[in-house]
Order: sequence, then structure tokens, then C-alpha cells
Amino acid sequence: MNRNARRRLASRGWLALMYGLTVVALIPLGLVLWFTVTKGLPPALNVDFFVNTFRPVGVPGAGIRHAIFGTAIIVGLASAMAVPVGILGGIYLAEYGIARYASWVRLASDVLVGTPSIAIGLFVYALLVAPLHHFSAFSGSVALAVLMLPIVIRTTEGAVALIPNGLRESGLALGLPRWRVSLQLILPAAAPGVITGALLSMARAAGETAPLLFTAFGSQIVELNPNGQMEALPMTVFHYALTPYKSLQDQAWGAALVLVVMVLGINLISRWVLRRQIALAGQM
Amino acid sequence: MTTAVTTRTAVTGIAKHPPDRFRTLTGAVATFAPAALVLITLILLQGAVPAIRQFGFGFLVGRAWNPVTENFGALPAIFGTVSTAFLALALALPVGVAVAVILAEPSHTTIRGIMGTGIELLAAIPSVVYGIWALYVLAPWSFQHLEVPISARVGFIGWLSEPAVRSLFNASLVLAVMILPTLAAISRDVIRAVPRGLKENAVALGATWWETTWRVILPSARPGIFGATILALGRALGETIAVTMVIGNRFEIPPSVFQPAYTLASVIANEFTEATGTVYTAALVELGLVLIFVTLTVNVIALLLVRSVSRETRITA
Repeated sequence: MNRNARRRLASRGWLALMYGLTVVALIPLGLVLWFTVTKGLPPALNVDFFVNTFRPVGVPGAGIRHAIFGTAIIVGLASAMAVPVGILGGIYLAEYGIARYASWVRLASDVLVGTPSIAIGLFVYALLVAPLHHFSAFSGSVALAVLMLPIVIRTTEGAVALIPNGLRESGLALGLPRWRVSLQLILPAAAPGVITGALLSMARAAGETAPLLFTAFGSQIVELNPNGQMEALPMTVFHYALTPYKSLQDQAWGAALVLVVMVLGINLISRWVLRRQIALAGQM
Repeated sequence: MTTAVTTRTAVTGIAKHPPDRFRTLTGAVATFAPAALVLITLILLQGAVPAIRQFGFGFLVGRAWNPVTENFGALPAIFGTVSTAFLALALALPVGVAVAVILAEPSHTTIRGIMGTGIELLAAIPSVVYGIWALYVLAPWSFQHLEVPISARVGFIGWLSEPAVRSLFNASLVLAVMILPTLAAISRDVIRAVPRGLKENAVALGATWWETTWRVILPSARPGIFGATILALGRALGETIAVTMVIGNRFEIPPSVFQPAYTLASVIANEFTEATGTVYTAALVELGLVLIFVTLTVNVIALLLVRSVSRETRITA
């Protein structure tokens, strides 16, 4: 065999190996989804699962309504805190981003994204739970808001930066003050991208367990008061999965499926919104 | 009131403006991010004071974890955190780069687009879902088909003996699965950013696909892939829930990777709500502080690396 044939053969071999490794990578990732669906579907097909709350092991008809309500309230409150602040922060970075201070904000946000969520839980415990002497859904929301904030800031910045400078200049040329240009011209134009960022951050927050363990703490009843302890879906999965009871383990799989459907649903919607943004920006 | 504001943007310099209150407001709001970071560090530092005062630097090398005698050391947890993260990286890196290379190929864009989106979606799956899967599916499978056969053949090597279902190895395995999407997605973007001319030159010179990939594309993407690797390392170091569910939660430096261990984040997750007494709580907070310092350092290094790379490619492209 001559040298060139050997080189071509080696190249084919490596290409095959790379494809093989890609398949190896996709198998566990596919299995995660497969098992979540097959094990989670039987409990989740029951209406009781969505309308009832915790019942002791052995009593049929247990459900996770308390966790679904809890996740909605905790994540909703967290979004109410993080999204407006994050959007304003992102506008600052996009509009006045050449300042030295802005690059510090950028670095801090990127580092904050990578901060272990359990440490944020500890932080909020020391900040809110310990001084007030009780766990509360509100403190859980604060912890999730800290997680969401940097994501919202950076995605807003990215979306606003996509808007052509011409729009900004036409606004200023018409004599609009800077704040009206930013809030009434640029922000609406960038809305799809900004909404995407907010949705992605909500999806991330909805799946977090660690920051809620010492803040919202968990509950077995439907709690609507943010000042009380509250359950959330990821906590249900975590706690039920580690019990020795088959019925609770099944509920954990069911709750995991609900969580995955929710998170992936939000992600797919936000992708669709973002695609429209890019199409719109192309027209401008 | 009519002092001119000189900003570096071209547009505002035209007319004399009153002080830009919008800029001040948004700038103040943006302060939340750095403030949160500083506050997190300071508050954890404050919470850890009783433990720092009692154990000093000995805390970092102590091996005891005894709430009854109130004697605490962090070394086994630090060992667990660092070894699971690096083992996971060693498992995920070759696979992740292979996926990235395949996804970055310019042919069959539809299939690759779908696969790319799929991988990005997998990065969004909550860690507790990976955790329950690892607990009931991955760990028992790995025990039966990896740990037991390996230790049966090479168990005479101490750190590959005595298999257990919940082990440091299985925790690394699930971590590897979890960081794979991040690693692959970022590396794919980096590989795509390699100027096309480089590849075309190599092909024009008669290089095969593999020679182009290995000698031209990967070397010029190396700094970016390195950055992606460190970002994934940061994520692996801080991961809590999935690891807690499969690592076995035993506070010691295990003699074998197939034995139960503990990580900084898992200790906090398991024990914090049950901790009684000032010193015990403070010791747990200090574990959090150690974790934050390790991940912050790793993340800052990674971010600076990725930034310098993206600046370079902008110049060369």
C-alpha cells in the first residue's frame, strides 16, 4: 500500500471514530429523556397527579399540585425581581458599554452565571432566612433572582446590540431624549431577543434545586403565601427519589417529567421567538 | 445645568445635554451584578468566621468531620469535589471535542442543525433530572457492567477495587454526561469561528480530512476549546444535586474510585438544614466559601481566556 492510500485510510478511520464518539455521546443523553418519559408517564397520566397534594405512602391518589403551584409562585416572584433589573442593566451595557465600569459589570455577570447555586442558597439563607428566623418562598425567589439576573443582563445586551444604529440615530435626530430612544424605540425593536433571555433564565431557575433547599425549604400542602415554606418541583424530585418507597419514587419520575416538559417547552418557545427576532433584524 | 456631557459615543457629542439621568439610573441598576458577587463572598466570609477562628488553615487539610466533638476539616470534601470534576472532564473532553468536530462540518446542515439544537436543549435539562436518572439507571448499570468487571480484572490496583453502586466514579460519570452538551456546543462554535481560508489552504495542499482537522483546525481552535473546558470544569465543580444523589455521601478520602465519597456542595446540601451549633454551621459555610473561591478562580481564568480568543479571531477574520 502506498503512502497516500494509507493517509486516506487513516483519515477515514478517524472520521469513523469521531462519528462513533458522537453516537456514544448521544446515547446517554437520549437515555435520560427516554427513561424520564417512560417512567414518568404512568404516574403523570393520572388526573389525580395534578390536582391532589401529598398523601402518606399507601394512600392512593397522591399528587404534586403543591409543587406545581410552588414552582409557579417562586419562579414568578423571582422573575418579577430579576427581569426588570436585568433588562435595565443590559440596556446600560449595550448603550453605554464602552465605559471601563461596564466591562467590570460584564465580567461580574459572567462570573455570577458560573457561581455554584448552592453557594447562592447559603448566601440568601444568611441574608434573609437567619435574620427573619423562618424559611420562606420569598427568600427562595431572591436566591433564584440572583441566578437569573446575569442571564437576563447578558441576553438583553446581546439583543439590543443587534439593533442597527440607524434606528437609534433617527430617534436622536428627531430630538428624542436618550431614555425615550432606549425604552420606546430600541427596546420594542429588541423585544423578541429580550423575551428570549427572560424565558431562558426562567427555565434555568425552574429547574434549580440547590438554592431552594435552605430558603423555600419545601412543604406538603398547597401554600400560596410567599412568606411561608413552599414546595417546588425540583425539590419534590430530589426528596421523593431518595425515599425507599416505590410509590414516592414513581411520583418523583412523574414530577421529573413535568419539569422536563416545562423546561424544554420554555426553551423551544424562546428559540422560536429568537428566530423571529433575527428575521426581523435582517429586514431592518 | 447646561454642562456638556462628553461621552465617547459619537451621537451624544453633537448637542449640549443636561446630565444623562437615564445613564446614571441604568448604570446604578447594573451595579446589582457586581454587588451580588461581592456580597455573596462577604456574607459567606462573615458566616464562616467562627470556624475560621477555631480551625485556621488547619480546616483545609483536616480530615475529621465530627459534629459531636465539633471537630471539622475540609480535605475529604475538597478531594471529592476536585477528583470528580477532573475525572468527569477526562471522560467528557475527547467525546465533546469529537461531537464538536462532527457538528461543525459544513455538510448536511439540516441534520447537524437538529443535532446541535438537541445538544443545546440537553444542556437545559435540570440537574435533578440527571440525578434521578443516574440514581436509578446509570449507577446500577455502571456498577454491573463497568465497576465489577474492571475490578475483577485489575482489582489488584488499589484504587480500582471494591466496587459500590454509589461511588465517586459513578458521580463522575453523571457529571461527564451533564457537562458534555456545554463542552460540545461551545467547542463547535469555536471550531466554526476558525477562518475558512485556513481549512481551504490545507485542502488545496492535498491534506486529508483528518490531517486538516488535526493539524490545522484543532490547533487554531485550541485556546477556545481550552476555555470551554475550563467553563465545563467550573460547572462540574459547583454541581450539587445530581452528585449528591449518587456519590454515596461518605466523609472520607476513598481508597478506591469505586467507593463512596463526598463533595463540598453535597455536604452543604445534605447537612446544612440539620446543622446545630455555631461551629458546625460555620464549618458548613466555610465549605461554601472554599467552593466559591475555587469556582470563581476557575471561571475568571476561563472567561479571560475565551475573551482573548474571541478578540484574536475578530482581528484575524
